[in-house]
Amino acid sequence: MTEIVLSARDVTKVYRMGEVDVHALRGVTLELHAGELLVLLGASGSGKSTLLNILGGLDTPTSGRVTYQDHDLTEAGDEALTRYRREHVGFVFQFYNLIPSLTARENVALVTELADDPMSPSEALELVGLKERQDHFPAQLSGGEQQRVAIARAVAKRPDLLLCDEPTGALDYKTGVKVLEVIAKVNRELGTSTAIITHNAPVAQMAQRVVSLHDGLIQSEVTNDHPIAAGEIRW
Amino acid sequence: MALVSPLRRKLIRDLGTLKGQLVTIALVVACGVAAFVATQSALRSLRDARARFYATSGFADVFVSLRRAPEAVSRTLADLPGVRAVETRVVGMGSIPLEGMSEPVRATVSSVPTQLGRIFLREGRLPEDGRDDEVVLSDAFAEAHGFRSGTRIPLVVGGVRREVRVVGVGLAPEFVIVLGAGEIAMDAKKRAVVWVGRDAAEAALDVEGSFNQAVLSIVPGTDERAVIDGVDEVLRRYGGLGAHGRDRQLSHYFLSQELGQLENMSSQLPPLFLMVAAFLLHVVLTRLVQLQRGQIAALKALGYYDREILVHYLELASVIVVLGALLGVGFGDWFGEQMVGLYADYFRFPDLVARVDPQTAIAAVLVSAIAGVVGTLTSVRSVLKLAPAEAMAPPAPARYRRGFLEGPLFGRLVGPSMRMILREVQRRPFRVILSALGIGVAVGLLVVARFFGDAMDYLVGVQLHESQRWDAQVTFVEPRPVADLRSFGSMPGVFRVEAMRAVPVRLSHGQFEKTVSLMGHFGDPSGETSLQRVIDADARPVALPEDGLVLTELLAEKLDLHIGDRVEVELLEGDRRTLSIPVAGTTDELFGLQAHARADALHRWLGQEPSTNVALLAIDTAEAERLDRRFVALPDVIGVAHMDRIIQEFEEQSAKNIGVFSLILTIFGATIAIGVVYNNARVALSMRERELASLRVLGFTRGEISTILLGELAIQVFVAIPIGLVLGRLFAEALATGVDPENFRFPVIVSPRTYAFATLITLASAFASALFVRRKLDQLDLIGVLKTRD
Repeated sequence: MTEIVLSARDVTKVYRMGEVDVHALRGVTLELHAGELLVLLGASGSGKSTLLNILGGLDTPTSGRVTYQDHDLTEAGDEALTRYRREHVGFVFQFYNLIPSLTARENVALVTELADDPMSPSEALELVGLKERQDHFPAQLSGGEQQRVAIARAVAKRPDLLLCDEPTGALDYKTGVKVLEVIAKVNRELGTSTAIITHNAPVAQMAQRVVSLHDGLIQSEVTNDHPIAAGEIRW
Repeated sequence: MALVSPLRRKLIRDLGTLKGQLVTIALVVACGVAAFVATQSALRSLRDARARFYATSGFADVFVSLRRAPEAVSRTLADLPGVRAVETRVVGMGSIPLEGMSEPVRATVSSVPTQLGRIFLREGRLPEDGRDDEVVLSDAFAEAHGFRSGTRIPLVVGGVRREVRVVGVGLAPEFVIVLGAGEIAMDAKKRAVVWVGRDAAEAALDVEGSFNQAVLSIVPGTDERAVIDGVDEVLRRYGGLGAHGRDRQLSHYFLSQELGQLENMSSQLPPLFLMVAAFLLHVVLTRLVQLQRGQIAALKALGYYDREILVHYLELASVIVVLGALLGVGFGDWFGEQMVGLYADYFRFPDLVARVDPQTAIAAVLVSAIAGVVGTLTSVRSVLKLAPAEAMAPPAPARYRRGFLEGPLFGRLVGPSMRMILREVQRRPFRVILSALGIGVAVGLLVVARFFGDAMDYLVGVQLHESQRWDAQVTFVEPRPVADLRSFGSMPGVFRVEAMRAVPVRLSHGQFEKTVSLMGHFGDPSGETSLQRVIDADARPVALPEDGLVLTELLAEKLDLHIGDRVEVELLEGDRRTLSIPVAGTTDELFGLQAHARADALHRWLGQEPSTNVALLAIDTAEAERLDRRFVALPDVIGVAHMDRIIQEFEEQSAKNIGVFSLILTIFGATIAIGVVYNNARVALSMRERELASLRVLGFTRGEISTILLGELAIQVFVAIPIGLVLGRLFAEALATGVDPENFRFPVIVSPRTYAFATLITLASAFASALFVRRKLDQLDLIGVLKTRD
């Protein structure tokens, strides 16, 4: 097996939602290998988004340990987590989270500004097939296009990790497949270690490894020796 | 790399969508900065002009008037320890009877100062030695009448009338403002300073070889009090009237009073605006940050540091603040010029120019920037504290609860709309209170805008009208038998004549002393028909006791006197005897520092037969002109005054002085009212857009949802108005006590009309803002709003 880039050990997470304590993760142990494409499968409320947020340095676990290469993310402060996200992680969200007042290219430029060796925004948009629409504002783009801009924004800095939270959740089948194809392409061409979380089981077919979460615990972990192309997935 | 960073672009586009809020907040900042810049600029201009003038003209440190002393005494003064230089003068009062003016101009006639307090010549030259027909005129007077070098004017000094030639026009540091003690309005046309050669002055005032005024400069670091005591000691046997420092030199005193007031205004007004601006920025940015919660989270997820995001929002606030500040500097510059222009009519300096110095402008911008930072930090902080993952999720629904207002009847009495309004108010009481305070400040400023007018109306309409009920007043050079006035009574057009006896006196009590007029009343000053009544602050007539003095309260305060105390009264005419007289009463009349007594008591003190030097007349105003000519022709008449003209002048002057202030304060008040109401409305709209759209979908009409949104604002405005009216009254009191009490006490009178005015302007501003928001409500995109995730 290839080198481990990211690992989580016995991670738990409890947070307050309004006046209720929610146990989102109850002790999760997981590794992400260099260059691999991992799918985290789980129903709504299984804790998969929480896990992804913790892996991406958006949130800290209540207990347990998360390390990225030699760096302990559990002990890292806000400043160090920001640096971690800035230097190593690319995010794709279910609701794209584009800045509505910036055009597609400007949204990508938000990231290329920060990176040491980024692609140009046009290059990144070309990678997701949106070069011609780069001067459009988010409101002028379809959901799939917005998501592809979000992917371009995530990969433009050539991150080591690409973390995608329900990237097709808000999209129809056809558009969803297109977005998955782009993610697979980035993984393949740039060698970016990629984790996709989804509740959509067929998506797992494109992964090299599939981890299923249920009620804050890992239920199963399956290695897929014959991943299929995103375009062949049906749901 | 892009020329303009994406965050900067976001900033520019955010500003575009916020432009209404941006402009209204910037205007509030602009008002505060303008007030600061204008008052600072006026303050600095006056101070600089004063410092330059005093330095270049050698303004003296100690001043003393005396009856008369031989010139040789000046050497004794010069030998006093601590004295650097002494200059003696001959100074007296005279008059300039000009054709076309009913009252002769009162003129201070002085020998030309050569060393201390030198004349700055605007044109011409000083009188030549030995010429007794050459004079230099004070420039305000010359300007008011268009007199230039070469003009010939009549001058009456010591009862002798002569023609003199104006050879120069100038000004001197002792006469920066020419206003006598007790005068309520300064009229450049009627007050002059005439400088003549020393020999001519001595001859005219009949004090050859002597002087009757001395001014001294002292060695820096010397105790002024010691010098003053020394001077008094030397001049005691020459009728010295008490030396004093600059603090009691009239021109300097008035100037210092004005500077003090300006300083007050400069330190009080601007912070008020900046606090309101900071609050508005806080409200608007808090909402913006809430709206952009997801964006902030995304930026964080992308690896932007908190400080970078913070700087982004600070930049947004800075744009608003800096824009406002620049606008304010420009407006303040103009306003400062107006103020200095007004001052230039009264305070005469060789070079009084309005100038905004860069430090003031920079200070104004910096201070407003601080307000901006405070407003921004308080709103952005909460989101920065959120972990990005949390920020990404929509905020938990706001917690509402049944409020304290909701008793058992609540449900029955209050419909759902009202319930929503009340719960919203109860959920954010702090914000509602702050908003109400903000609007209250606006209401208060609007009250102040009109208050000066009210106070003036009261002074003239009530005080002057109720106390000085004469139409004309004739003043004589020397007291004369009361019976002489009978001839006035027989003149056609004269209805009634009343005699008065005015005596200049120096009152002293302990370490305090004051030179004032002691008015001896022949009639009963509390009588209904009396032409000169003594009244209290509520314009009720006050009766005079058989014996003793009645002082204005202000005078009693200044002398630390109470009823029953005895006061030293030095008569400044006749044999100058000093008496000890009990204080029998005080009156809180607003005009002037004076003492009243019955004429019989006064003459008993004087040891004289009853006599009069002031005749008060009730006349047919249609005959005024003709009567004037007759009065002026009489021997021994110094002056004739007409009440209607006095009032007219006073009002004209007040209108001029108050007009600009009133207008500017009204603009300020309306700006704040609009700023607060509009921004609150916009924020409320954006916060509740979804809720209101849902209601529309449920079948509520536009009117109904407008009621819900605007109802909340209406509550703020209605809470604000009474607060504001009280604030206005407090502001007015603060301002009134700041006004120089030497000449009249400024009454704190706020008319119902003023309260109504403030209320109306506020309501109108609120209504305009509400209309604007109502338009937005009508354009509510039902589907779009419901689709957006918030």
